[in-house]
Amino acid sequence: MASIDMKNIVKKYGDGFPAVNDVSLDIADGEFMILVGPSGCGKSTLLRMIVGLEDITSGDMVIGGKRVNDLAPRDRNLSMVFQNYALYPHMTVYENIAFPLRLSKTPDDEVRRRVTEASDVLELKEHLERKPANLSGGQRQRVAMGRAIVRQADAFLFDEPLSNLDAKLRGQMRTEISRLQRRLGITTVYVTHDQTEAMTLGDRVCVLRKGKIQQVASPRELYEQPVNLFVAGFIGSPPMNFLPATPEGNRLRTPFGEIELDEKRAAAVAGHDLLLVGIRPEYFDDASLVDEAKRPLGSTFRAKVDVTEWLGDSQYAYIPYEAPDSIRSQLRELSKELDSEELRTQAIVSIDATSRIREGREAEFWLDSRKIHVFDPQSGENLTRDAEAGAELTRLATQDRLEQAEEAGGRDTDARGGATAVGVG
Amino acid sequence: MRYLFRPPAADATGLLVLPWDQPLEEWDDELLLDVPSRGISRHVVRFVAVEDRVYALKEIDERLARHEYALLAQFEGEGLPAVSVLGICVDRPDDQPAVLVTRYLEYSMSYRWLFSRPRGAHSAEQLLDTMVVLLVRLHLAGVFWGDCSLSNTLFRLDAGTFAAYLVDAETVERHPSLSPGQRAYDVDLARERVGAELLDLQFGGLLPADIDPIEVAESLPRRYESLWEEVTREEVFRTDEQRYRVAERLRRLNDLGFDVGEVELRTTDAGTRLRVETRVAGPGQNRHELFRLTGLEVQERQAQRLLNDVRAFRAYLEQKSGSPVPETIAGHRWLAEVYQPVVDAIPEDLRGRLEPAEVFHEVLEHRWFLSEQAGRDVGTTKAARSYFDTVLPRTPQELTTPSVIAGRG
Repeated sequence: MASIDMKNIVKKYGDGFPAVNDVSLDIADGEFMILVGPSGCGKSTLLRMIVGLEDITSGDMVIGGKRVNDLAPRDRNLSMVFQNYALYPHMTVYENIAFPLRLSKTPDDEVRRRVTEASDVLELKEHLERKPANLSGGQRQRVAMGRAIVRQADAFLFDEPLSNLDAKLRGQMRTEISRLQRRLGITTVYVTHDQTEAMTLGDRVCVLRKGKIQQVASPRELYEQPVNLFVAGFIGSPPMNFLPATPEGNRLRTPFGEIELDEKRAAAVAGHDLLLVGIRPEYFDDASLVDEAKRPLGSTFRAKVDVTEWLGDSQYAYIPYEAPDSIRSQLRELSKELDSEELRTQAIVSIDATSRIREGREAEFWLDSRKIHVFDPQSGENLTRDAEAGAELTRLATQDRLEQAEEAGGRDTDARGGATAVGVG
Repeated sequence: MRYLFRPPAADATGLLVLPWDQPLEEWDDELLLDVPSRGISRHVVRFVAVEDRVYALKEIDERLARHEYALLAQFEGEGLPAVSVLGICVDRPDDQPAVLVTRYLEYSMSYRWLFSRPRGAHSAEQLLDTMVVLLVRLHLAGVFWGDCSLSNTLFRLDAGTFAAYLVDAETVERHPSLSPGQRAYDVDLARERVGAELLDLQFGGLLPADIDPIEVAESLPRRYESLWEEVTREEVFRTDEQRYRVAERLRRLNDLGFDVGEVELRTTDAGTRLRVETRVAGPGQNRHELFRLTGLEVQERQAQRLLNDVRAFRAYLEQKSGSPVPETIAGHRWLAEVYQPVVDAIPEDLRGRLEPAEVFHEVLEHRWFLSEQAGRDVGTTKAARSYFDTVLPRTPQELTTPSVIAGRG
C-alpha cells in the first residue's frame, strides 16, 4: 500500500506540446482516484507516467514516499489490472492466479497463502480446481484480478478496463471492482472517459482538460459545486442545462422567466452583463405536481414542449429556447470539447413520471432556484460556487471511505484466519 | 453490414458470400476449415478457405478491429513481419462485434507445435531468439506490442532457421519512438506471458522435460537487452581502425538479421563515433534479387540459398558453353530445369508439409550429405528422390498447410 504524490508534473512531446501541464495531485493510501476527461485531456498520459511507460519531462512522481521518476516500470511495484489478460487452458484456476508467483520463484506455502487469500476476496474459492474454460465472463475477469492481488502491488492501475466489454458485463465489473477495492483498501488509479464510471467508482475524481487539472473532488462535490463550466457540463447525465441570463438587481432574466437569487449569489454575479445560468434537469418539475410548501423556493414559467421521453420510472421533456449568437457559439464549442452533441439551445428537463405534460403543448414548469449556478461565459468560472459546502461534501466522502476501510479490515482479518487454517489443513 | 477491404480486393469477392450476419460460432462446419489450435485467444477465431486461399476471421469489438486493421496495413507497407490483413466487416446485425479478416500465414507453425516436439535443430533457445528479434524490430519501429506472447507469434522455417511474425495487433500502440519504460514494460509482459504459456504446456504434459519454463522466461529480458544493445549502441574507436570496425559491425548486424539504413561517422577528440541506423524492415536484398531473376517469392535466407544455386548453375552453363551467360537467362533456365522439376516431383501426399522453397533448401542439404558419403556429387535429381523417400515423410503430417488441404477438397 502506498500513497501517490505528483508534484508539478509536466509531459512535453517532441513538438513541445504539453500533454500534461503542471499537474499536482496527492492520492492517499487506499484511495480510489479517478482520472477523467474527454479524449486528449492527458488522463492516460498521466497514468502512464505513474506506471513508468512515459518519461516525465519535469516534476516529481513520488510513490510510497519514494521518488520513482527514474525507476523502470517493474521496480515501481504497481499492477496494471486486466490489460489483455489471457487464461491458460491446461492450468487450473488456482495456477492461473498463481503463475506470476511461480515465475518469481515464490515458495509453495507462500503461493498457497496468497492465492487462497485472493480467492476468498474474489469468491473464487469453489472454482480453484476447475479449468478456466468452465468459468463465466465475470469469473474470468476476477481471475485476472486475482493475479494482480497475489503480486501484492502497492497500487492498482486501470486504463479504461471496461471499454471493450458489453454493457451487461461492464456494469457487473464496475460493481466488482468497486467492492474489491473497498475490501482490499488498495490505492487505485482508474482512467476513464465515461463520467458515469467516474461518478460511481471514485472516492475522488480528478477532472482533466487539455493537460490541466480542473477540479479534484468527491463525485458529489463535482456535481453540486463544480468549479467551472467545463466540469459542470462534463459531470452529469443528461447534462446540466445552460441558459443565457442577464442580472437585474437580485434577479436573473432568462428565457425561462425571472429567477430570484439570494443576497450572496446576487452579489457574486453583480457587474456582469451576460451570464450563463446552469440548471440540472432534476431541478425542474411539472409545476402542477409541485408541493405547495416547496413552490415558493423556486420560480415557475410557461414553455412549449418539443418532445417528451417517458422511461417508466422517470420522464424527460425537451424545451427549446432562444439564445444570442455569442452564447450559441460558446455552447457549441463546449459540446465539441466535451465530445458530446447534447448541449444545444434546448433544455432537458426531468419531470415526474406521472406528469401529463404532452409534446407540442405549452405547460407550466417549476425550477428550484436554490440549486442553480451562474457562470461567467468568458472565463467559464462558476461565480456562485460555495467552496466551503463543496469541501464539506468531499470531507464526508473521505470519512466514509476511512470507516469502510476499517470495517473491511476487520472482516478481512477474520477471513484470513479461516483461510490459513484451510491452507495448513 | 459494411465491408472494408484493402486492395488487391479480388481476394475478397469470394468471401462476400459467407454468412456475415451470423455469429462466427454458429457458422456451418461446411464453411470452415479445421486448423489445429494456434494458441490462446480471447476471441472467437475461425478459418475459411476461398479459392484455395485461407483466411483467419476474428470476432472483435469494432474499435479494436479498426485499430488492428489500420496497424497491420501499416506494418505490411513498412515490411514489418506481421500477418497480412485483408479487411473488416462492421455494422453486423444485432450489435454483433466486427470481424477482422487476415490472410493465413501459410507454412507457419505455432509455438504449441514447436515446443511440444523439439527436434534437435529447433531448440527452445532458437525460438526465443527468433521472437526477440521480432520484438527488437518492432521496438525500433516505435511499436509497443502490449501483448507479446508465444500465442501471438507465428514461426516459419526459413532455410533451416526460424522467422517470427506478429499475429495479433489488438493492443499495439504506435509511437514515433519508444521510451525505455515502454520497452522495459513490453519485455516484462513478454517474459511473463512466455513463462505462463510454457507452464501451461507443462501442466498439459506437452512440454519436454528438459525445458524449464521459468528459466526460459527469465532468459528473455537478457536476450532482448543484448540484442537491443548490439543493434542500437554507438561505438567509439580509433580513426585508423575505422574501416574494419565499420565493416565488422555491419556484418554482425546482418548476421543478426538486420539491414542497415544509414551509417553515421563523427570524428571527435576521443576517436571516431559510429552510429548505425537499423532498418526496421526485415532484410530483403536476396529476396528481391531472386524475385528479379526468377519471379519466385520466398523468404530471405531461402533466397540466399537459392541464389547461390542459381550462381552455381550459371557457372556450370558458362563452363559447358564456353561463353558468358547473362544472369537473367541463367535465372530462367535454373527455374525451369532445376527448381521446378524438384518442386513438381514432391509426392502428392507429402505436398504442403514444407514450403516449396524450404523443400528445395532441404534437398540441397541432403545432396551435400549424400555427396559427402558417396565421395562424389550425386546431383540434384537423385538427391531429391532420396529426400522424398527418406526425409520428407518424417515431417509430421499435421504440418500440412491449410491451403493445400483445402485444395485437395
